[in-house]
Amino acid sequence: MRRRILWGLAAPASALVFTVVVASIALWVSGNSPATTFRLMWTSSDSARNVVAILNRSIAYYIAGLAVALGFKMGLFNIGADGQYRLGIVIAAAAGAEMSLPAVFHVAAIMIVAVAVAMAWAAIPALLKVTRGVNEVISTIMLNAVATGISAYLLSNYFRVQAAQITQTKPLSRSAWIPPLNRFIRLFGYHFPKNVYLNGFLVGAIAAGAIYYLLVYRSRFGFDLRASGINPFAARSSGVSPRAMVVKTMLISGAFAGLIGIAPLLGDIQYHQYSDTFPTGLAFTGIALALIGRNHPVGVGLAALLWSFLEVSTQVLSLNNIPQEISQILQGAMVVGVVVSYEVVRRRQLVAVAKEASQRASAPAAVVPA
Amino acid sequence: MTAPTTAPGIEPVSAPPRPRRSPLPRALIAAAAVIMVMSLVGHVANAPDFGSSGNFGAALRLAVPLLLAGLGGLFSERVGIVNIGLEGMMTFGTWFGGWAGWQWGPWAAIVGGIVGGALAGGLHALLTVTIGVDHVVSGFAINIIAVGLTRFLATKLFVGQEGASQSFGPAIKGTLGKFTMPFTSGGKLFGWKTPDALGVIERHRWFFVSDLAGLLRGLTVELSWLTVIAILLVPASAYVLWYTAFGLRMRSVGEKPTASDSLGVNVYLTRYIGVLISGGLAGLGGAYLVLETSGRYQEGQVAGQGFIALAALIFGNWRPTGVALGAGLFGFALAVQLRSDASVLGLVLFVAILIGASAVWSAIQRKWVVAGVSAVIAAWFGWYYAVTDKVPTQFVYITPYAVTLLVLGFASQRLRPPAWDGKPWRKGQST
Amino acid sequence: MTDSERAAGSERASGPSASDADDIAIELRGIVKRFPGVVANDDIELIVRRRHIHAIVGENGAGKSTLMKILYGSLKPDEGTIIVDGTQRSFNSPRDAIAAGIGMVFQHFMLADNLAVWENVVLGLPGRLDIGRSKARIEELSARYGLDVDPDALIADLGVGQRQRVEILKVLYRGARILILDEPTAVLVPQEVDELFDSLRELTREGVTVLFISHKLDEVLAVADEITVIRAGRTIAQVKPADVTARQLAELMVGSELPTPATSEKTVTDVVELDLANVTVAGAGRNALESVSIRVRRGEVVGIAGVEGNGQTELIGVVLGTVPTTGGSVVINGHDMTHVGTRARRERGLGYIPEDRQYDGLLLTQPLWENEILGHQTQSPNVRGPWIDRRGARKRTAQIVHDYDVRTPSIDVEAHALSGGNQQKFIVGREMLAEPQLLLAAHPTRGIDVGAQAAVWDHIKEARRRGLGVLLVSADLEELIGLSDTLLVILRGEIVARLDPAKVTPTDLGSYMTGARAGTAA
Repeated sequence: MRRRILWGLAAPASALVFTVVVASIALWVSGNSPATTFRLMWTSSDSARNVVAILNRSIAYYIAGLAVALGFKMGLFNIGADGQYRLGIVIAAAAGAEMSLPAVFHVAAIMIVAVAVAMAWAAIPALLKVTRGVNEVISTIMLNAVATGISAYLLSNYFRVQAAQITQTKPLSRSAWIPPLNRFIRLFGYHFPKNVYLNGFLVGAIAAGAIYYLLVYRSRFGFDLRASGINPFAARSSGVSPRAMVVKTMLISGAFAGLIGIAPLLGDIQYHQYSDTFPTGLAFTGIALALIGRNHPVGVGLAALLWSFLEVSTQVLSLNNIPQEISQILQGAMVVGVVVSYEVVRRRQLVAVAKEASQRASAPAAVVPA
Repeated sequence: MTAPTTAPGIEPVSAPPRPRRSPLPRALIAAAAVIMVMSLVGHVANAPDFGSSGNFGAALRLAVPLLLAGLGGLFSERVGIVNIGLEGMMTFGTWFGGWAGWQWGPWAAIVGGIVGGALAGGLHALLTVTIGVDHVVSGFAINIIAVGLTRFLATKLFVGQEGASQSFGPAIKGTLGKFTMPFTSGGKLFGWKTPDALGVIERHRWFFVSDLAGLLRGLTVELSWLTVIAILLVPASAYVLWYTAFGLRMRSVGEKPTASDSLGVNVYLTRYIGVLISGGLAGLGGAYLVLETSGRYQEGQVAGQGFIALAALIFGNWRPTGVALGAGLFGFALAVQLRSDASVLGLVLFVAILIGASAVWSAIQRKWVVAGVSAVIAAWFGWYYAVTDKVPTQFVYITPYAVTLLVLGFASQRLRPPAWDGKPWRKGQST
Repeated sequence: MTDSERAAGSERASGPSASDADDIAIELRGIVKRFPGVVANDDIELIVRRRHIHAIVGENGAGKSTLMKILYGSLKPDEGTIIVDGTQRSFNSPRDAIAAGIGMVFQHFMLADNLAVWENVVLGLPGRLDIGRSKARIEELSARYGLDVDPDALIADLGVGQRQRVEILKVLYRGARILILDEPTAVLVPQEVDELFDSLRELTREGVTVLFISHKLDEVLAVADEITVIRAGRTIAQVKPADVTARQLAELMVGSELPTPATSEKTVTDVVELDLANVTVAGAGRNALESVSIRVRRGEVVGIAGVEGNGQTELIGVVLGTVPTTGGSVVINGHDMTHVGTRARRERGLGYIPEDRQYDGLLLTQPLWENEILGHQTQSPNVRGPWIDRRGARKRTAQIVHDYDVRTPSIDVEAHALSGGNQQKFIVGREMLAEPQLLLAAHPTRGIDVGAQAAVWDHIKEARRRGLGVLLVSADLEELIGLSDTLLVILRGEIVARLDPAKVTPTDLGSYMTGARAGTAA
């Protein structure tokens, strides 16, 4: 038992070491002190402003990570989360601006639209896979580009506010806003500095994580899903229909993807409308986070926080003449470090277990009469 | 990764012999038919530049990076390593090409691009072949690293140089020079300007003949030397892969590595070489962008072309001529939008006719569902052509991707990816 | 060397001056190979004469494959010497064996489907690729040895027999004079077997020595010039086919101390649990199953005997619901299940012991208690509503471990940490404790040790006594004869014989399985 925990820790620990070493080399080669850099990054995240910035940023990342992780759990690559998210949020933002509903219902309606559109878009690769045998990696890459084209078309031809300088949808009314958590935090006697708002959809992200956990690890459906990912043939013989499973998983993954844009759209006071300035690459970050967090809701959460920490804490570096782009080196090294160390540790573990098993097997074999 | 398929326990005792393939004449007939349709479209849609040499020239310039990266994908996937990292490898190519070009001129940019792409390819090979990481995961990681590393390097080495910033490298001094085919297209031969035969024919606007001349002239006039190299790489790749012992080894490790291993082929080494070539070619595609479109490194200039190259690879059924066809088609689609609105509209009609033709073909083969769906799509395109006079640019942007999706959806049975493409393999594995 | 062997050798060698030493292609002395916990080869002695077809027979797990791997250089023996053509050799890799003129045709073909025959043949050879000359050489070899192989054909278009000939050609192209064939007939239909044997005889006429591994005695007797019997890693006898009957050979191979699973009293009732009526399944080329009708009643074990690859996999899939039928009906427990999925069948009380537990019986990376849920995801005590009942599943797992004597430190151990026998006992326990009405058991004792085998047989007998209907698919003839109430023989997707296990002998059964005899003897 203790050994299993040790094996479990070996991979993330070595990934971390690898990341730090790579980043240090990059810094050292470019003539900066790694120690100073890491110290600056660490101290910058002291302020409440930065902590909130990290949390806010991690919300969309986390949900994106969950969307991808769910697919990974059954061995499906939903690279299409990006297209599903984009199409969903553009249409939801436009639809939401046309609605007039009481507060909670308005938020719910926008979320439902975003989720429904994303699921519909996710259904395409699912159906292509089960009916035509098209690999979902390829089809979702293509569909991402198609979704980008369609959403840009919708935005510039139908949804855009003509008067505005940049391409953007009509602003949402107040009833569609998710209020920041500042007032909730104040209950605990803590006051944020001026202009610092904790995105209210943090609650939604935590709920999404909980739903993910219950669905994947505690439900019958989750068992079928994980079984299909670990051994599709055993799953089939146990009564799981592989095709139905692909469709269901892709749809649920798409549903999570539909929620990616909710935090910026409804919870970020900077937006409350979809515009060209919307954060990009959220869903691709989600792939990295699912990999780093090993598809576990807690792991993906930690990965999302770490990722955001890297992005926020490196902003201070440029003031000290250290290239801020070191954050991307760190992120890249982290992804490589994680996938490599997990693969190496998994292989080692298999070898160790096999050796153990053969030793166990040899003991009774000596007793068997010749 | 794929849904389990029931494995029949018995192979057929004797299968009917498949007719030997003779791809070249059929491809030529198809190409002639396509050009015929293009010519027709140019007349009907009143878009004379639809089939013009200028349009084909632009298509070629847009197709070359796709072709290079697509051939890169070919070498990787033929040895059994899925390459989602083409995008990142091209990005590596742009930075290293831009940097080397700034330092030592355009030919160094080519070498720099190849080296940069091969570095990324080496990383992909290390991760997938030696360590055994999932190919898609590794390719994805390459794409992330490419963005971060090039930006980091640009910040460190370009900022502060003349005319450069974090997102723009310093200009590359000098060009590779141009090549124009003598006699047919008016190229110079030992300083003597030869006649431009095709140009004369093209100017007459004869149906079909002029279009054919336009196409040929577009493909033979004012070419960058890198373009000439890229075009020559198509037969070269075909030769290496299908007519050399080494190419046979490469293809075999992508089909059944255990069989190769049992015959003494070093599977790991062969795969390394394939993926390194892949990275080098994709990097060369990046260098082309740097040299021919911007004259300098430019952040984000790959902009999804690695993925279009992947689409061209699939569209081209993992064959060099197919990749060239795919890259040409997608390049053409992208070029049309740069010309005129009428040209874009011509493209819509063109697509309607092509899909309509495939509907008829499917109907002849009694594939009613495919025929029906194709007919509906063709009708939609035809209707759209009839009612519209300006096509949104976004729709042109999605053309390569949508075409690939249609091919995947309707013709996936005809596609034959290498059998072991993307599957893990370790030495000592029993199957 | 005995006198009779010496006599046989010189009688065979009709050449002018073949001395005794020259006449021996391979000689193995005192080969020992140990694996952790197992001695796979224990003092193997083998003499193979040149231009002979020499058969090595033995049961599954007797050590034949290990011996062949040693001879082909993929394994190194712990002790003993290998002499090839009079020279002592030490092989570090197959490359060394190939250099010594030894070639191997694997049971699972090493051919790339999308490549042409000539490409598969010349792959890996040093030097430049000369396509024309390679094809000409293939045609020449093909003609000389009567192999009938078209160098331009695509492997994907070839049948199994043709593929096997390509494999043989591949080896000959590399100049092999000694050919090892590992269970070459396992995947062939009878007329292909005959063709193969003709080719092998042609090869020996051309000077090639053939080493032929099999456990099918009728084939061995038909084709071999000499036979070596291996049992439990030792050479038991080296005999000539003329000197032994199939019966004697079977006794040599099996020995007498193996447990014979004799079922005691009949418990067959009239209630039909499984009714397959005229089931047809499409295959590549011909139908994989052709109008198969099988009935399993409560308390009855119906055994399916047959050479592997004659439709057993499809039959299992049809009952389990993973292979679609193109005709006929599947009725389980009185309900028409022809077009119903696996889950519904399992909920109706279908238990399943898979042929390959690692392939579709276990989640190797998951703890035992999660593996207990597998296949019973919708049934008590594993679930409560839409949720997994962890406590119920763990309790059931502990019961399996206890009742079925699964040797494991805990139920949280991952499945791959268990030995094969314990994995199998765990699966049997999992299926039995779910109290199935119908058990689909495919090779339930394959690859496990004798102790675990006896335990599995006891559990099946016990369940049968309680009224379980069992469809038993097995390659182990003793198992089939011992456990079954009714024995059906499947050949080329058809049920060709219905036999009474009390009256049939392994040798008789073998002749039905290979189509040498037809008809009903029940």
